[in-house]
Amino acid sequence: MGSNAKTAGTLDHADLSDIFNRDEPRVNWHDETLWFVRTKRDRAAHSLPEWELLRETASGIKHNVLSNLHNYLQQFEEKAIANGVQVHWAADAKEHNEIVLSILKKHKITQMVKSKSMLTEECHLNEYLQQNGVGVIDSDLGERIVQLAEEPPSHIVLPCIHKKKEEIGDLFHVHLGTEAGESNPQVLTEAARQHLRDTFLTRKVSLTGVNFAVAETGEFVVCTNEGNADMGSHLADVHIACMGIEKIIPERKHLSFFLRLLARSATGQPITTYSSHFKKPRPGQEMHIVLVDNGRTTQLGREDFRNSLKCIRCGACMNTCPVYRRSGGHSYHNAIAGPIGSILAPNLDMKKYADLPFASTLCGSCSNVCPVKIDIHDQLYKWRQVLVKEGHVSPVKAVGMKAMAFTFSMPRFFAFAGKAGRSLMRLFPFAVNNKLNPWFKEREMPAPPQESFREWYSKNRK
Amino acid sequence: MTSRDKILAAVKANQPDLRPLPEVVIPVSHADLIQKYTEVASGIGAKVYEVESVSQIKSILADHFDMSKRKVTTLADFADFAETDILQLDPHALEDVELAILKAELGVAENSALWVAEQHLGQRVVPFICQHLAILVEREKILPTMHQAYEYIGERDYGYAAFIAGPSKTADIEQSLVLGAHGPRSLSVFIV
Repeated sequence: MGSNAKTAGTLDHADLSDIFNRDEPRVNWHDETLWFVRTKRDRAAHSLPEWELLRETASGIKHNVLSNLHNYLQQFEEKAIANGVQVHWAADAKEHNEIVLSILKKHKITQMVKSKSMLTEECHLNEYLQQNGVGVIDSDLGERIVQLAEEPPSHIVLPCIHKKKEEIGDLFHVHLGTEAGESNPQVLTEAARQHLRDTFLTRKVSLTGVNFAVAETGEFVVCTNEGNADMGSHLADVHIACMGIEKIIPERKHLSFFLRLLARSATGQPITTYSSHFKKPRPGQEMHIVLVDNGRTTQLGREDFRNSLKCIRCGACMNTCPVYRRSGGHSYHNAIAGPIGSILAPNLDMKKYADLPFASTLCGSCSNVCPVKIDIHDQLYKWRQVLVKEGHVSPVKAVGMKAMAFTFSMPRFFAFAGKAGRSLMRLFPFAVNNKLNPWFKEREMPAPPQESFREWYSKNRK
Repeated sequence: MTSRDKILAAVKANQPDLRPLPEVVIPVSHADLIQKYTEVASGIGAKVYEVESVSQIKSILADHFDMSKRKVTTLADFADFAETDILQLDPHALEDVELAILKAELGVAENSALWVAEQHLGQRVVPFICQHLAILVEREKILPTMHQAYEYIGERDYGYAAFIAGPSKTADIEQSLVLGAHGPRSLSVFIV
């Protein structure tokens, strides 16, 4: 078990990673699959000489958004209302869920189709609606798969990246009636297509997420590869679009920067198949936008962490993260996993998510691939300091940190401790090669060197 | 205090000092746009044809698709080839459309996306519900990047519009690419 303070029955990132790491071949496969996506991202990014300029500009646009959000939100609302859209404001997840339910109740709806929306995952909308007698079918293939498996998505762009095709085949055999043992992705996708086509044709309400909302025009843009957001919304009588307040961008022309960056960063595609611009409801249709705070205004006020609100949810930081790739999305026990999830989650609940900023090597790869240049690894480091100060870190870790700070601040003691450690490892290897030493887990301890670098340097320097 | 007022007040209190919008010019090349467009489109599973006439398009479509099945279009030139009277239909009535033929206002060479706006769709659901999609775009309307595309779109009004790049697809099962997720199984682009 991990070492963090936790309430009984709550597993932290280290515990959940242990469970994920029991199946080593699967961990290797997970690692390689995500690295494959990362290399596709690299090829796409390197093919554009202006890539860094695009990142810098997109980051600058988002900074302007955060600094002028008060005006942009009102401008967006005014334009959206003028376009015939009904605008709602939700202070938190609970209010968001209640607003959605009230729209469904008004239309006496008990069945809804939903395309991908990480915000609704954050708000646990599906569970809430189910408890209130509304069935939700997720229409993104990956989300439908994890829904059938009764699991949350493990990745914001690739929801079932942790699942093998054979497992998906088993799920489809039980729920969609495909042949037992069928695991061909082509065949399974076709089965889902037929099943979901029927869903699209029979649902009166469609809920979608929002990738970007334009203050200047009141329109919002939804990006998919499958076409599921469009299939749902263009057939439904009511379209509900849910968005965090940070999704606003100032002008339509700014979409060019974000659409150039989003899919290339996410999967290495030059653009998603569909970038749909919804501005007005179609004749006879009702369109709603729910603007959600749920902690975002608090994060906006945290100077060190507000840049996390620039995130466009591409998932590049997850694909590149050595910890994410080898611990899996579910180990983050949060709707948004990986490095970005680890800086967003403590804002919502420091105690519950105190472990997440420590689930990082601080290697900085996340910051290097982020299309809007969020200083992710710096924020992870800063969260650690906040969490220790606020008393959300276990005494064991805090004492360890203090001992390390003491050692590093005393050169003589540091030299002595190093020497003692090397002797100890040579004379009594079992003192470190045992299960009580967390560094021994999954690793062989290295052979101790005869001397430290400092000793070597003082002998050899000319 | 309503949630709206609470949120706006919190935003105002917490937002940082105003930072200006960046004004940048992204370098652009106008060379070989058709070739670039065709390469990118083919790379993501679309078929691209450079054609001289409408009759040529019709014969290509007749060769590739089942002509006994339902075809719809919003283009007058195709009135003898496909159903044009779709504006008043309930969108669900388009469920059995095999082939839809539409026109894009512009194409983007860097990513092969085609801009289709509501005015040219007949119904918003048309390019999604059909089994196969064919889109015409004028040769001069292939622009280098998304920046030129949004410059062209400017401030024009629409209720709905979309960039469409390639057939609908998914790689959600073990990253294996499958064409034909929920939308069209194929996209044919005709550069005229």
